[in-house]
Amino acid sequence: MTSENMSAPQHMRPENSFQGMIMALQNFWADYGCAILQPYDMEVGAGTFHPATIMRALGPKPWKTAYIQPSRRPSDGRYGENPNRMQHFYQFQVVLKPSPKDIQELYIKSLSAIGIDQANHDIRFVEDDWESPTLGAWGLGWEVWVDGMEVSQFTYFQQIAGYDCSPVTGELTYGVERLAMYVQGVDNVYELNYNGREGADKITYGDVFHQNEQEYSRYNFETADTKMLMQHFKDAEQECQAIADASMAKSALGNDYIMALPAYDQCIKASHIFNLLDARGVISVTERQAYIGRVRALSKKCADLWMQTPLGKATNGEAK
Amino acid sequence: MAELFIELFSEEIPSRMQNTARADLGRLVSGFLKAAGLKFGAVETYATPRRLCVKIADVPTSTPDINQQRKGPQVGAPEQAIQGFLRGAGVTLEQCVEQEIKGKTFYVAMIEKSGQQTAEIIAASMPELINKFPWPKSMRWGAGSLKWVRPLQSIICLFGGDVVPFEIENVPVGDSTQGHLFMNNARFSVKDFADYRAKLLAANVMLNGAEREAVILAEAQVICAKAGLELIDDKSLIAETAGLVEWPVALLGEFEIEFLDVPQRVIIETIKGHQKCFAVIDPKTKKLSHHFVAISNMIADDGGKTITHGNEKVIRARLSDANYFWQTDKKTKLADRVEKLKNITFHAKLGSQHQRVEAIKEIAEMLCEFTHADKAKTLLAVELSKADLVTHMVGELPELQGYMGQQYALAEGIDADVAEALAQHYAPQGPSDAVPTNIIALTVSLADKFNTLLGFWSIDEKPTGSKDPYALRRAALGIIRIVMERNLRLDIPAELLPFFIDRLKVYFREQGLRHDLIDAVFALKGQNDLVLAEKRVIALADFLATDDGANLLAGVKRANNILQAEDKKQPLKFNSIIDEKLLVLDAERHLFAAITKNVELMNEAVKKEDFAAAMTALAQLRQPIDSFFEDVKVNDDDAAIRINRLKLLFIIRTATKTIADFSRVEG
Repeated sequence: MTSENMSAPQHMRPENSFQGMIMALQNFWADYGCAILQPYDMEVGAGTFHPATIMRALGPKPWKTAYIQPSRRPSDGRYGENPNRMQHFYQFQVVLKPSPKDIQELYIKSLSAIGIDQANHDIRFVEDDWESPTLGAWGLGWEVWVDGMEVSQFTYFQQIAGYDCSPVTGELTYGVERLAMYVQGVDNVYELNYNGREGADKITYGDVFHQNEQEYSRYNFETADTKMLMQHFKDAEQECQAIADASMAKSALGNDYIMALPAYDQCIKASHIFNLLDARGVISVTERQAYIGRVRALSKKCADLWMQTPLGKATNGEAK
Repeated sequence: MAELFIELFSEEIPSRMQNTARADLGRLVSGFLKAAGLKFGAVETYATPRRLCVKIADVPTSTPDINQQRKGPQVGAPEQAIQGFLRGAGVTLEQCVEQEIKGKTFYVAMIEKSGQQTAEIIAASMPELINKFPWPKSMRWGAGSLKWVRPLQSIICLFGGDVVPFEIENVPVGDSTQGHLFMNNARFSVKDFADYRAKLLAANVMLNGAEREAVILAEAQVICAKAGLELIDDKSLIAETAGLVEWPVALLGEFEIEFLDVPQRVIIETIKGHQKCFAVIDPKTKKLSHHFVAISNMIADDGGKTITHGNEKVIRARLSDANYFWQTDKKTKLADRVEKLKNITFHAKLGSQHQRVEAIKEIAEMLCEFTHADKAKTLLAVELSKADLVTHMVGELPELQGYMGQQYALAEGIDADVAEALAQHYAPQGPSDAVPTNIIALTVSLADKFNTLLGFWSIDEKPTGSKDPYALRRAALGIIRIVMERNLRLDIPAELLPFFIDRLKVYFREQGLRHDLIDAVFALKGQNDLVLAEKRVIALADFLATDDGANLLAGVKRANNILQAEDKKQPLKFNSIIDEKLLVLDAERHLFAAITKNVELMNEAVKKEDFAAAMTALAQLRQPIDSFFEDVKVNDDDAAIRINRLKLLFIIRTATKTIADFSRVEG
């Protein structure tokens, strides 16, 4: 345990508090110089979808950020009955571009900061290649095991939407619920102490999220309007294309900005709608591939746009 | 002579790649030394999760001096020729002498080169070796463009104790490395390999993978023995874990005894597949114990208590899931799951798993005639054969398909033979996998495999070259093994026969049979009964090994050559009725008599599938054929006699073809 945590009040310590763990991670990476962002305000399946990861990993400009991101995976819902599976959970995401030489060491130190010291734990980097068919992206790295438990995903991005990532972004994704359960010594996610208080003041993870899991599981699996969702999918697809087209046309008001990020929002939407339709079981195996291909086409379009923006392109003011 | 020692230190190399990588490193470094004309001593290679090493003993410090003379063009030859020679020999005209050879004067280059320093060769070769290293998958990192399996952090390159410097992006090349990532992470310098190995050991790294494997096995056995348990000594898991740790420490953990109600393979797969832990047997019951062995990479301050506890927690959660699946799955009967197979695509063009099952049923029903399996039980087994695909358990642990079908079937009281068929019907999965013992399983297995082959044939998805995504070769070989090992007499569908013949050649070759004899047998029409074909091949092989056989083969080949030559001149058109009046010589009369007698015997023997007897009858022709070729000129001036003699040869050829096409036999 680092000295900062020793000095933190009991209710803020990672071993007592879910939010304490998130804040410890934020503090650790803020100390390193990361921009601490807030979650993206849209439904995403993973922290990687946040434009602060996927878009910023494209192009030559350095970038350092860390943020917590709620992740929604409708198919993983269990009506709040499974002790460690939810359709909504958190990922803590760290993005370092270019990946620093000591990134592994930094990661290990960050584990110490949340109460996993190296002297008594078995920390292992086990081969796990990452691939996102919807983002047309892949990278190599590991899943990180602590005492046999997978707690993080560690990836060196190689390609996104067909573009080589250069420099390479190092992405660290912490499964915070799982880490918190381990550090707090709890077997059921809903029993996690959320706010680090005891007695009447204690708020558990279940207090915050159990009802959400029940409601959303029912909605995701049973009632989400599939016909409407299919239409929304098409709408998002069309809007994404329309934004791409408009980006290439002259602005009547002289604001000739390429709108890569608004276009990408539509890609995120389409991706989440696809996940919902999948949870509703209305997508057959063959259609699945087709849907994934359609989302990939959107993310490719957005990446193409991004590469022409000031943040994405090779040097300021120079076209790709 | 000096020692060359190289260490490539990186972030964690996937376990499965380590052994190939160290062999590649050894091969590539030896390769560039050899290419420079160096001879050297023993090559040793090592790999851990974080390093690849090669050590080569007794490498000369330079390549030998070159001192040779090379004869060039004549003095006075065209300027171009002289310049070309000088370039090729790497000398100037001043370095040549004029020498008289057989009365003519030639330039002779006196090539003298002192040897190159080995260190220079190493420095020049290493960057390319690293850039082109054959990793199955490699990556870039940071802002660089270098590729390695994971970020390459430092390199030791020592020759005779001195650093051989070279440039490879920003990776430092020197004499230092690091020990165990968590236990002893400080950098230290080394003088040579022996020093390296000793210091590494002190820094908690066991360099040798074989040693780590031995330690894992020994430690795991010891902690099991102490607790009165017995390790399931899983070689592939030992090898895999040896590639995950630099300092193995075995820890014994346990889980709730209630989980042992879950089928054993589920427990083993859960412990091994997901957690890379070893399952343990209770020697008293000979069954699984509620213990496991975890191999950690740490000597922990608390003696491994926390690590054991963590592993127990994960295994408990996973077994709890498995138990939940087992209990929930059991609530739905397999028969009630069959309908759900309609929602699962087997192949886009071949339809759902449900359609697949229906198709297998049709084939299985026909096959029952040949295998004599109970038809009702077989059809039930087919009906349920894929039902476990829609259980939670198989969804989570797909490698347990079949096995889970059996477990669920037994749990709901289905006939044990049918249940066993659900487990065995995927067998044999490879050359080392056993053929099903249960006759129902065997029938379902054949039907499944035939259906797969016929299905993919119908949509023209045949294997090509190295591509066989649906493992159709394995399916065909599975059928061959079942048919052969169980002596099953059935006809391979005509469209599949060429594919089967190719697979059969592989199979027979492994049994030590000659491929030309296989060709000779399959050159005959209608050889779609594999067991019969094998009998023919074996009888033929036995026969050809005898003196009579070898000579007869020569005679038949000669007859065949004559017939072919004649046929080329003018197509032969005749019936095989011999005009006895035209048999003027003793030798041809004897041959005709021998044919008349023995061909009939042979045909009868072939009908009875007694190929040994057929061969004995055939052997009787050897002597008459030999005499015939000795005494008789086939090409008689009298056309009628000539045709009559050709007919004799034709009859011989036809007769031998009831057994094999002798013209395909080599030698």
